[in-house]
Amino acid sequence: MKEISILIGGKAGDGIKEAGHTIARLLNRLGYRIFLYDEYPSLVKGGHNFNVIRGSDKKIRAHKKNLDIIVALNQETVEKHKNDLKSGGAILYDSDKVDAKGISIPFTSIVKEIKGISIMRNTAAIGAMAKSLNIEWSVVDKLIAHTIKKQTDLNLKIAQKAYDKVNKPHLSLTRLDMGPQPLLTGNQAIALGAVQGGLNMYIAYPMTPASGILHFLAGHEDDLGIVTVQPENEIAVALIALGGAYAGARTMVGTSGGGFALMTEAVSLAGEAEIPVVFVESQRAGASTGVPTYTAQGDLLFVLHAGHGDFLKLVLAPGDAEEAFHLSSLAMKLAWKYQTPAFILTDKHLSESTFSFDSGTGEEDPVEPLLWDGKGKYRRYEDKEDGISPLAFPGNSNAVVKVSSNEHNHIGFTTEDPDMVESIQKKRLRKRKGLVEELLKYEQVKVYGNKDSKTVAICWGSTKGACMEAAEELDIKMVQPLVIEPFPVEHLKKALSKAEKIVNVEVNATGQLGKILSSYRIHADHNILRFDARPFTVDSLVQQIKEVLP
Amino acid sequence: MTKINELKTDAAVTWCPGCGNFAILTSLQKILIELEEEQVVNFNNVVMASGIGCHAKIVDYMNVNSFHSIHGRVPPTISGIKLANPELTVIGHAGDGDAYGEGLAHLIFAAKRNININLIVHNNRVYGLTTGQFSPTSPAGFEGPSTPQGSPEDPLNPIELMLCAGATFVARGFSTNVKHLRVLLKAAVKHNGFSFIDVLQPCVSFFDNGDYYREHTYELADEKHDLSNLPAAMERAGEWSYGQGNRIPIGIFYQVRKPSFEERLLGSKIIVKTKPKDIGPVLAKQI
Ligand SMILES: Cc1ncc(C[n+]2csc(CCOP(=O)(O)OP(=O)(O)O)c2C)c(N)n1
Ligand code: SF4
Ligand SMILES: [Mg+2]
Repeated sequence: MKEISILIGGKAGDGIKEAGHTIARLLNRLGYRIFLYDEYPSLVKGGHNFNVIRGSDKKIRAHKKNLDIIVALNQETVEKHKNDLKSGGAILYDSDKVDAKGISIPFTSIVKEIKGISIMRNTAAIGAMAKSLNIEWSVVDKLIAHTIKKQTDLNLKIAQKAYDKVNKPHLSLTRLDMGPQPLLTGNQAIALGAVQGGLNMYIAYPMTPASGILHFLAGHEDDLGIVTVQPENEIAVALIALGGAYAGARTMVGTSGGGFALMTEAVSLAGEAEIPVVFVESQRAGASTGVPTYTAQGDLLFVLHAGHGDFLKLVLAPGDAEEAFHLSSLAMKLAWKYQTPAFILTDKHLSESTFSFDSGTGEEDPVEPLLWDGKGKYRRYEDKEDGISPLAFPGNSNAVVKVSSNEHNHIGFTTEDPDMVESIQKKRLRKRKGLVEELLKYEQVKVYGNKDSKTVAICWGSTKGACMEAAEELDIKMVQPLVIEPFPVEHLKKALSKAEKIVNVEVNATGQLGKILSSYRIHADHNILRFDARPFTVDSLVQQIKEVLP
Repeated sequence: MTKINELKTDAAVTWCPGCGNFAILTSLQKILIELEEEQVVNFNNVVMASGIGCHAKIVDYMNVNSFHSIHGRVPPTISGIKLANPELTVIGHAGDGDAYGEGLAHLIFAAKRNININLIVHNNRVYGLTTGQFSPTSPAGFEGPSTPQGSPEDPLNPIELMLCAGATFVARGFSTNVKHLRVLLKAAVKHNGFSFIDVLQPCVSFFDNGDYYREHTYELADEKHDLSNLPAAMERAGEWSYGQGNRIPIGIFYQVRKPSFEERLLGSKIIVKTKPKDIGPVLAKQI
């Protein structure tokens, strides 16, 4: 396997994220498949930021701890990460600011000499790094011209000067004969998937790590033919989404745990009134404000149980950019077909990491909502065998569309009659059967690694990337449920039927998927739980799984 | 079928006999019929919404599209409806507990944005449905089941609040004065922007102050009052702060024309009639 891992670090305000993404694009153009991990503290200037960019000739979904190159814009980068350098690896650093051994280039002086501003040290770093990897200047030149739209010439001069200062390449990165692919963060994949699924309006209140969806969609409103809104708080967000959906617009909202907590009364309203809305919950390390810009998978049970009362929910947990895209589109369609809230459970690690994205070629199955045929008198909650009452929207000349948070009869009028209360509740819950059958068309549980192995690692969401590669390396099986509710218990039991040892891997402190599994009498022999607000890396997980295996 | 019957439903009306809500209901029915005759509204395009409380039952008694939402959340519910389809005429009904307590932030922001919706607050100055606790507009000393010694808070003046928040149509009505209320309701629906009416509504079971209102209200239209003068509106609003007082102005305090939120956000776009585009070009830019 041909691959490379590069870490670039500095303080907030040094343009680490921009540089990291430029390096990712550079490797992408050389034919590498990309995974980029972006770690930053919750502050705007200062602190320690770093990106790990991993390129490979195989599709990858995780980063490794061991590094080929460290690019240091500050001393902290060297101190924090030098122990992760592989033997034969090198540190490339700003010799004006950093004390280290390795490839020493005066980024600061170069920027001064060419009369740039201090953030352009990141451009110098990219130039020097490219030469250290023996990448032709023309590739760098084209990329910078394409990506840096402000003061392009100045940036090009700085990059070239730094490029030329490197005497001889440290290693030679071969060009692969694969074409580049779009690079998407999990958030961008969720956003585009939703548009593919018919999204008209995205409503959100800023909250890391979900804000990327809002920023991306707001930046592409006209290109995508959608509208975004930022209201006063998450309660308003959810209610605007419900109001919009009632009027016929496909709406989605996004937030993290704290914001989602505020939305739960609307979740319940969506269930009761049968209003389709997609909720994206991007988890971060908690509880409460927790570690705001870092990752965790601690809201699984919260989302699963969000909202008071009994109602139908669809909860999907993508583990990479492709899954984020397809499941987001699917959530949008199924929410509308089954007239109920749907949830995309993501986290900092999936939302803000960048992946090479392959949208595939397959045509998607059309999943259409049932619309009213216009005959007779319209009853919003008409009793139907499968529980799905035809939809009509206000403004339709023959329909009076009445929805309600109160228990209601078939027209939508408040009722307290015991027979009606019971029968309308049954009608709503009958939709579950159709949803379960519909989900059979899709892969609900994925299996990777050695499919014959009797040792199985089970994980969900963003842990997929590291777990999958660890399973391959250890020659064991890996199982990942994509659907959390309605839980695909039969599929999961089938995938685990020959298992003699089950290792449950999660980024939370109490093993929340493990608890769900136990409720279906599936018991993990070991839990590997990480809750230091960081994701697993491939190498760290391999080590931890080895420790629990005989 | 007469027009008024067209607007009625079979749902049993469960308000207490003598409740001020009846007059709000019939006034609304009347003005909708008039506005339809004037071709200002079309019944098919009318959407009503309500929060939770006695007031909220109004949607069950009107044969138009409706969204019986949850406590305090009427402004965002109807904002979502209006944004999705600006061609709809959207009328929200909230209680004083609903709009001024549970959902106050939403009310302020709906006014701040000047979204073209109508909000009618059925202000009985008490929590009716939950049996008579004090509300944000109850007078200090109000004795209810949760304040047997009397409420230790001064009331909020929602008229002043809405003027400060940027509402472009701010009015107060009195449910018993139906002729006057109808004028207000009609003007509110016709107003392009956020229309707010605080309707003093006697609650015969928990705060029966109809006689007090009858004695002390006067109509702003009978005096010299410039609708576009904000300081003058503030002065009138300050004449009565929901406590004691001899003169309670009713009528339109303030009305100005400003661009609405949906005009600024959407231009002429109608979201429910706009299909999202192919994602291909955006995806291609990510290489
Ligand atoms: C979130 C929430 N909290 C509390 C309640 C209980 N509740 C129902 S109506 C109401 C107050 C009603 O007062 P108001 O809004 O003034 O309406 P009114 O009944 O006076 O018309 C309350 C507290 C509720 N339904 N939802
Ligand atoms: S409790 Fe008051 S507000 Fe409620 S219906 Fe009775 S009179 Fe009307
Ligand atoms: Mg009240």
